[in-house]
Amino acid sequence: MSFILTAVLVLGLTGLVLGLVLYAVSRKFKVETDPRVGQITELLPGANCGGCGFPGCAAFAEACVKSDSMEGLKCSVCKSEVMQQIAAITGHAVEVGVEKVAVVRCAGSCDNRPGLRVYDGAKSCAAAALMNGGATGCFFGCLGCGDCVKACKFDAIKMDPETGLPVVDQDKCTACGACAKACPRNVIELRNKNKLDRRVYVSCVNKDKGPVAKKACAVACIGCGKCVKICPFEAITLENNLAYIDFEKCRLCRKCVDECPQHTILAVNFPPKKVVAPAEPKAEETPQAPVEPAPMPENTVEQQKAE
Amino acid sequence: MNTFKIGGVHPEPNKLTADRKIETLALPKQAVFPLSQHIGAPAVPCVQKGDTVRVGTRIAEPGGFMSASIHSSVSGKVAKIDSVIDASGLRKPAIFIDVEGDEWEPSIDRSDKLILQSNKSRDEIIECIKNAGIVGMGGACFPTHVKLCPPKECTIDTLIINAVECEPYLTADHRLMLEHPDEIIIGIKIILKVLGIDRAVIGVEANKPDAISLLQSKTSMVSGIEVMPLQMKYPQGGEKQLIEAVTGRQVPPPPALPANVGCVVQNVGTVFAIYEAVMKNKPLFERIVTVTGKGLKNPCNLKVRMGTPVSQLIEYAGGMPEDTGKLISGGPMMGRPLLDDTAPVVKGTSGLLMIPEADAIRREERNCIRCAKCVQACPMGLEPYLLATASEASDWECAEENWIMSCIECGCCQSTCPSRRPLLDWVRLAKNRVGGIIRARNAKK
Repeated sequence: MSFILTAVLVLGLTGLVLGLVLYAVSRKFKVETDPRVGQITELLPGANCGGCGFPGCAAFAEACVKSDSMEGLKCSVCKSEVMQQIAAITGHAVEVGVEKVAVVRCAGSCDNRPGLRVYDGAKSCAAAALMNGGATGCFFGCLGCGDCVKACKFDAIKMDPETGLPVVDQDKCTACGACAKACPRNVIELRNKNKLDRRVYVSCVNKDKGPVAKKACAVACIGCGKCVKICPFEAITLENNLAYIDFEKCRLCRKCVDECPQHTILAVNFPPKKVVAPAEPKAEETPQAPVEPAPMPENTVEQQKAE
Repeated sequence: MNTFKIGGVHPEPNKLTADRKIETLALPKQAVFPLSQHIGAPAVPCVQKGDTVRVGTRIAEPGGFMSASIHSSVSGKVAKIDSVIDASGLRKPAIFIDVEGDEWEPSIDRSDKLILQSNKSRDEIIECIKNAGIVGMGGACFPTHVKLCPPKECTIDTLIINAVECEPYLTADHRLMLEHPDEIIIGIKIILKVLGIDRAVIGVEANKPDAISLLQSKTSMVSGIEVMPLQMKYPQGGEKQLIEAVTGRQVPPPPALPANVGCVVQNVGTVFAIYEAVMKNKPLFERIVTVTGKGLKNPCNLKVRMGTPVSQLIEYAGGMPEDTGKLISGGPMMGRPLLDDTAPVVKGTSGLLMIPEADAIRREERNCIRCAKCVQACPMGLEPYLLATASEASDWECAEENWIMSCIECGCCQSTCPSRRPLLDWVRLAKNRVGGIIRARNAKK
């Protein structure tokens, strides 16, 4: 019996001594962490998308705690309530930002922008952009190899096999900007989400002169400047043969949409206009419609002007 | 016979035009001169719309130290300064000249007479080469005057003349050696004088016995110039491979230069251009282009004025075959596919190759099976499969650690891959990105 007792005693004592050592060491070398970092990390989405400019969500949380104000710190994925919760934890004020969404500014579908060549190199937009102008005559538009799809951590962007263009799911899109960064041609831009997801934008990034651009793509911006003249809010600028609508100034009046001879300016998620009579037919011919997500039922304005 | 040690492949030579004499192509109606025909800063135009130019008139000045001037190859009026899609597949600024007559600058010596001696000093010769806008004619288009001024701390002892022409199909250098051997030897002497050394080796691959014997007979009386036949292997024409084949020395990884192992390499076409510039005062505005392809009626070697549209060369060679799948500027291994036949001939256009549709289209790509054929083929001792995978995953750090900047883009890996993976495309992408990262890092320092 006694050897059992010895064993228990020896092991028990060893355990006690080692336990005391561990306790002492853990007290002595304790790493002080701010509990707020953990709290903030819990609130963040945890996708480590890098949209905030930090290596991951934990790094962003740490930056929030260390910083004196919330200026320049914004998780583009979080809704504004979450940002306010984070601000409540750190004790700084946060400005409520405008929600944004990724917008693909190219309508060069297979019909609009016929392929002139076959690109059979590596399946990567970046490689294709390095190699040559891609398969079409447009040197600025979407290359269609799907680098943006690969970059999206939220499954919010997909290639449409019919048009060969990426489609953004605006409900899933968190405007982290990963797709915009991945696009070698800067086709994707983060634009204001606006009320009811309504947007007006120039769906083209071609900076070639009018005839060249028009030859390459049926819906290319030719830089005619008509939209610039008609815009009552001076929201449209024309630079390098390309119109651009400033989404901060745009009031969504849609005058430019009707004015554009190339049907390059798109208005999405607006209810159908009531006054239109002659432009009604040819609704089935909708080459640029698939640029925007299909599920929206009111998505008919661009159908009207698609002929 | 010597060759480089690691890697390399043996593509079919297909030198269809080896026995075709160099013919002179007629003048184009309009000549187009892209402003960036060389490595380095693009040239800056020094003519305006409406200006009259003659053959040999300088139309663009170097845009920096690492740059080269461009000369008109035709006489006529400057039509416009616009943009053109060149061999890179991108739209780049260019000077367009409408051709009227064929009036040369009076300073150019147009006779065929061989000029043996010149009393120009070293600096005068370099100035002359710089003014003539000479760049490496092998394809890389590195400004020659930069290459002839190696860093002070390096001692040069050997000039290597690259007459390897290891690219399949191309025969422009081969024909040049057969038809202008004396000019080439004088050109070599000029470069030796500039470098202040007395040893030159002409490296020629063994598949050109006629050129080897001709050059050997011409150099037998000249001390210091040696003709070295080399075993056939692609990419022997790569600068580092050629240095190893000829001297046995290995160039360390970048940023080391061939000058660090005491060598300067010049292409035989460049040597000819140097002869013409120094002895005849003729700037670089003509070059020899091999127009070739298996389906072509009349494959040929043409002496072409720069700026001539590619379509005119193809027409001369019997028109583009109907089954053409790809039109390539350069050889099949390192050449670049042209988007259409409107691109102009530039300083680096060594050949035009038309590949039939059946051979041109890449077949379906499969997964890497880790067979390591690409590793075996890589003449730089790299691991292309790893570099390509790193590039696919945008892991630029991994690519840099594995020496991606040493890649010479010879395409051996891609040509041996049994899974038909576009290894070179990925490597080029990663090289571009890593190069950018390195430049940014150096700029910060």
